[in-house]
Amino acid sequence: MEKPIIEFKDVCVSYTRNTMAVKNVSAAVERNSITAIMGPSGCGKSTLLRAVNLMHSLYPNIKVDGEILLNGQNILAMEPIEVRRKVGMVFQRPTPFPTMSIYENVLAGFSLNGIGLPRSEKEEIVEHSLRSVALWDEVKDVLNKKGTFLSGGQQQRLCIARALALKPDVLLLDEPTSALDPIATKHIEELLLQLKNDVTMLIVTHNMGQAMRISQRSMFMYLGELVEYGDTAQMFAAATDERTKAYLTGKMG
Amino acid sequence: MLVNGMKMKSRLLRDRMCFILVCTFAALTAVPLLAILGEVFVRGCTQFSWDFITEPTPTALKAMMAMRAGDAIPGGIANGIVGSLIMLGMAAAVAVPVGVLCGVYLAENSKKRFAVVVSYLSDLLQGTPSVIIGMITYVWVVVPMKGYSAIAGSVALFIMMLPLIIRSTEETMKILPASLKEAGLALGGNNARVMLKVQLPAAFGGIFTGVLLAVSRVVGETAPLIFTALGCSMVRWEIDKPIAAVPLLIWEFFNDPNLQELIWGASLFLLLFVLCLNITAKYLAKKWNK
Ligand SMILES: Nc1ncnc2c1ncn2[C@@H]1O[C@H](COP(=O)(O)OP(=O)(O)O)[C@@H](O)[C@H]1O
Ligand SMILES: [Mg+2]
Repeated sequence: MEKPIIEFKDVCVSYTRNTMAVKNVSAAVERNSITAIMGPSGCGKSTLLRAVNLMHSLYPNIKVDGEILLNGQNILAMEPIEVRRKVGMVFQRPTPFPTMSIYENVLAGFSLNGIGLPRSEKEEIVEHSLRSVALWDEVKDVLNKKGTFLSGGQQQRLCIARALALKPDVLLLDEPTSALDPIATKHIEELLLQLKNDVTMLIVTHNMGQAMRISQRSMFMYLGELVEYGDTAQMFAAATDERTKAYLTGKMG
Repeated sequence: MLVNGMKMKSRLLRDRMCFILVCTFAALTAVPLLAILGEVFVRGCTQFSWDFITEPTPTALKAMMAMRAGDAIPGGIANGIVGSLIMLGMAAAVAVPVGVLCGVYLAENSKKRFAVVVSYLSDLLQGTPSVIIGMITYVWVVVPMKGYSAIAGSVALFIMMLPLIIRSTEETMKILPASLKEAGLALGGNNARVMLKVQLPAAFGGIFTGVLLAVSRVVGETAPLIFTALGCSMVRWEIDKPIAAVPLLIWEFFNDPNLQELIWGASLFLLLFVLCLNITAKYLAKKWNK
C-alpha cells in the first residue's frame, strides 16, 4: 500500500485538565480519498479534525498529545503557518470574509500569507479555483461584489475555492453541508467527489447518507474514542462493533 | 382551555393599563430632552447667522456699545470653533491609534491578568471626574510648559477620549465571530495579517462609530479646558498659546454681563454639533451592521 498521507498516533486532546475529548486515536488516512468521520454529537469529531491543522494551538488551555504525521512529518512539532498552508479547512457555517469581494476572498490565502502575485496570475487562480467548485459561471460577472451577497451554498463553495487556491494536500471539512439546503448539499457532494483526485479530504458528517455517498473510508467515534475505522461500504454492510451498529441503524442519537 | 368572559375582560383591562403606564413613563423620559432642545433652539436661533460662526468674539466694550445703541451684538464664536476643532483633532490623532491598539490587545488577550488590570484601569479612568483630569493636566503640562496652550487642552481631551475608544474597540472586537479569525488563520495567515486584513476591516464600522461618540462626549467638556486651554478672544492657529473652545466661550459669556446674549447661540451650535455626531454614528452603525 502507498504511504498514508496522514497518520494519527495515539492522539489525545483535552480542553480541561481531567477530561479528554479525544482519546488515543490511531489511524492512517489514504492519499486522494475521502474519509468520513461519524459519531454522535459531542464525541470529539471536530476536536480530532481541528487537531490536524493545529487550530487548537490558538487556545493555550487545549492540550494535544501524541503524533500526527503529514507525509511522515510530525505536524505537532511544525510551525502552525506552515501546516495550515498544506492543510485547508472548511467550517460548518460558511465564513467568507465580509469586507472582501468574491475575487479577494478567493485570493485571501495569498494576501494573508503576504504573497504578492502579478495580476494575470491572480485572475488565472481566481478563475481556476472558482471553476473547480463550479461557481465560476454563477459569479464571473459579480466578482467585485462582497462574498456575503451569495447564497449559503455558494458561500460554502467560495470557501472551498478559497482553501483550494493554495493547493493544499489535505482539506478538512467540518459538517460543511449541515447549514445548507438539500440542493446545495448535493452540489457540494458532487464537487467533493470531483476534487478527490487532487486533494485528500477528511469530512465530519452527521449525515450517514452523505458518508455513504462520498467517502471511501469511515471512522466511527464514540465518547472521544475511535471505535471503528474501515472501508465505508463494508462498515455500513457489517459493522463489527456493537456501538457502530447501534449508531448506523439509528438506535443511537 | 376556556377562559370565562369576565376574567378575560379584566385581564385585557389590566394589560391595557400597564401599556398606558409604560407609555407615559417613556414619554416622560423624552420630556427633558425635548425641553432642552426647544429652549436652546428658540433662544439660540435668533443669534444664529453666518457672522456668528465666522467672526471671533467681540470685546466687552464693543458688545456694550452695540447694546447701548440697540443693535445686535457683533461677532460670534469662530475662535471657539477653530480652537475646539484643533484640540479635538490633535487629541483624536493620538487617542485613536493608541485606543484602538489597546482595545484590540484587550479583546485578544481577555484572559491574561495584565489585560484584566488594564481593562479595569481604563474603566476607572473613564469614571474620573473631568475637573480632576483638567487639574492633573495643568500640573503635568501647563506648569512645565510655563503656560496655557492648545497642546495642554488636547492632552486633557486625549485622556478623556482614550478610555471611551478603548472600551468601544474592545466591545466591537469581542462580538466579531471567532470563526472569522479561525478562518483567516486556517488559511495560513499569521496573527498580525489576520488582524489587519480580516478582523479590523470587519470591525471598522463599530470602531469608527465609537470614535465619533467619543468625540461627541468630550467636545462639550469645559472643566478640563479651563485648567489647560484657558481661552482666547481671537481666532488662533498656534498650538503653544492659549486657545478658545466653544464650551469655554459659553462659560465666558455667562460670566460677562455684556456678552450674555451670546450664550444661546453658542449652546445651540454645540448641541447641534453633538446631535449631528450622534446621529451620524447611529446611522453608520446601522448601515455597517447589515
Ligand atoms: N472549546 C471547548 N471547551 C471545552 N470543551 C469543549 C470545547 N469544544 C468542545 N468541547 C467538548 O469536547 C467534546 C467533543 O466536542 P466536539 O469535538 O465539538 O464534538 P463533535 O464535533 O463530535 O460534536 C464535547 O464533550 C464538548 O463538550
Ligand atoms: Mg462538531
